Amino acid sequence: MSADPSVARPLRAPVRSRHGGAVYPAQSFEERMAAVEFRVGTRPHITVDAAVCRSCTTKACVSACPADLFAPTADGGILFNYEQCFECGTCYQVCNGAGAITWTYPDGGHGVVFHHG
Amino acid sequence: MAELVVPPSGESVPFRFDAVVVGAGPAGSAAALALARAGRSVALVERGPFPGSKNVYGGVVYGRVLDPIVPRWWEEVPVERWVVRRSTMVVTGSQSLSVDYRTQTWGDAPYNGMTTLRARFDRWLADKAVEAGATLVTSTVATGLRRDARGRVAGVVTDRPDGELAASVVVACDGVNSFLAKEAGLLPRTAPEHLTLGVKEVLDLPPATIDERFGVGRTEGVDMEVLGGTGGIAGGGFLYTNTASVSVGAVLSLPQLAASGTRPEAVIAELKAHPTIEPLLRGGRLREYSAHLIPEGGYDTMPPLAADGLLVAGDAAALTLAAGIWLEGVNFAIASGWAAGQAAARALASGDCSAAGLASYRADLEGQFVLADHKRFRAAPGLVLSDRVQNRYPEMLCDLVEQLFTVANPEPKPGGWQVLRRTAARHGIPLRQLAADALRAARIFG
Ligand SMILES: Cc1cc2nc3c(=O)[nH]c(=O)nc-3n(C[C@H](O)[C@H](O)[C@H](O)COP(=O)(O)OP(=O)(O)OC[C@H]3O[C@@H](n4cnc5c(N)ncnc54)[C@H](O)[C@@H]3O)c2cc1C
Ligand code: SF4
Ligand code: SF4
Repeated sequence: MSADPSVARPLRAPVRSRHGGAVYPAQSFEERMAAVEFRVGTRPHITVDAAVCRSCTTKACVSACPADLFAPTADGGILFNYEQCFECGTCYQVCNGAGAITWTYPDGGHGVVFHHG
Repeated sequence: MAELVVPPSGESVPFRFDAVVVGAGPAGSAAALALARAGRSVALVERGPFPGSKNVYGGVVYGRVLDPIVPRWWEEVPVERWVVRRSTMVVTGSQSLSVDYRTQTWGDAPYNGMTTLRARFDRWLADKAVEAGATLVTSTVATGLRRDARGRVAGVVTDRPDGELAASVVVACDGVNSFLAKEAGLLPRTAPEHLTLGVKEVLDLPPATIDERFGVGRTEGVDMEVLGGTGGIAGGGFLYTNTASVSVGAVLSLPQLAASGTRPEAVIAELKAHPTIEPLLRGGRLREYSAHLIPEGGYDTMPPLAADGLLVAGDAAALTLAAGIWLEGVNFAIASGWAAGQAAARALASGDCSAAGLASYRADLEGQFVLADHKRFRAAPGLVLSDRVQNRYPEMLCDLVEQLFTVANPEPKPGGWQVLRRTAARHGIPLRQLAADALRAARIFG
């Protein structure tokens, strides 16, 4: 998803049961997100001001975003990609830096489309 | 479905309806249905390409709320399975203790709970509103409130070209993030301490495998709640059987999730790996991964439900009931939406859509389960999300039962009181505290 070499995107390890064996096959986050339909709009509905993020001490968005869209960069900023967003609101609710996140819904008909929900 | 025709650009006269309902979730569709049945022109505005496309829940819908709205709803609702087993499980890493209740009564009309998928259920309910005459406008975001010269809400602005919709009353059913209620000054912009994040996986499994593993017939289903399996983050786990899939996920306190540094999907992974849960889900293939916020603050965090020209219903009004083993939002959304639509219709008929003219909405909710349940359980969030209930009691309870059931021959069996005292001491819980919490729980839930 991101071409920035400073962004680490670890492959999630297989889930193991306490009895040892792998219970679920190893699944990359990309594979997890590939199970979800996104009708990506041209307008980034969320933008992040990396300048504000550089002085943020919690980086709460990084671990809390269920779609893993906030990637810390080597210089202490954040690289954000809006394309595979659940539109849940977690990021602006937990954000530690006033004005860092500008949050809107995608234009009508765009964005995530859940078929089960 | 009825579609709104966009006026040729340049035309500045907005479309006019008696009422505009924003959000075709359960609250919005019920509100639009009530207004249409009352003979009012109503637009039902939904930002997704179809109703349900943006919505996520556990989930079980408790359908009795539909009795007065869609007679014999159970004959046509897109049900997955009728819940006949409800299991509440307390877990530690390697232990589990379940209270498992089963009744075949819930498997017959009028039923109790049903598992259903929101992409299908929400569409079904929206179709009812359309059949009654509501105009469904999909793929359209209500971007703000429209005001008249006196500052009263008078419709909405949308992201369509020339997409203003004028109306005498707006019903905001735009869900937990409700930017309309925020714009009206009824909800704070952020309040993470009253929110949880729900994350969920839908795992495909053959229907026969589900029947066997959960001990149910083809149309029967199971609802399981899990306490203690969320990695020390306040919240809970859930597991629901659909026809050919199982929904498994977790509900997590937002501030605690953020502070923990744990990733949400890692919590689901840990739940799925629990020795009691893993055999139920083994081999399930990921069909969908999803996330959504839940307003869990309860009665004390609810916004005012009406302003001039505006009513708020469902999650937009923080009406989800999240009190321990209850997580019910869809029934509260339907009941409140239905009441809001009826109140709006009465206000339109009387020609007074001011906050005072719309006040019968709140009175209606006070007189039924919606606000009665919320008032009764208003202290529940504090107790249920406390560290003791979330972390220490599950461990203590499992240890207690383990000691009662472990046969440590040649040692004789210990007495029940002795086990209780010893276990409480080992977990650092004074018996006084235990008694105090028991009393508090009895006051809240009794
Ligand atoms: C993980 C999880 C598990 C849950 N489990 C259960 C359960 O098992 N049983 C239960 O009863 N409840 C459950 N709930 C709660 C339940 O999902 C909600 O209470 C319910 O969906 C609320 O309905 P609503 O109509 O108020 O809002 P929503 O269902 O959120 O609908 C809001 C609608 O408004 C639309 N919208 C929002 N803003 C705009 C805008 N500006 N313009 C146009 N459209 C807009 C959205 O697209 C959406 O369709 C759960 C919730 C979660 C997150
Ligand atoms: S929490 Fe807010 S300020 Fe901090 S890194 Fe994330 S987006 Fe930036
Ligand atoms: S809205 Fe939710 S999914 Fe989208 S970026 Fe924010 S936290 Fe991530």
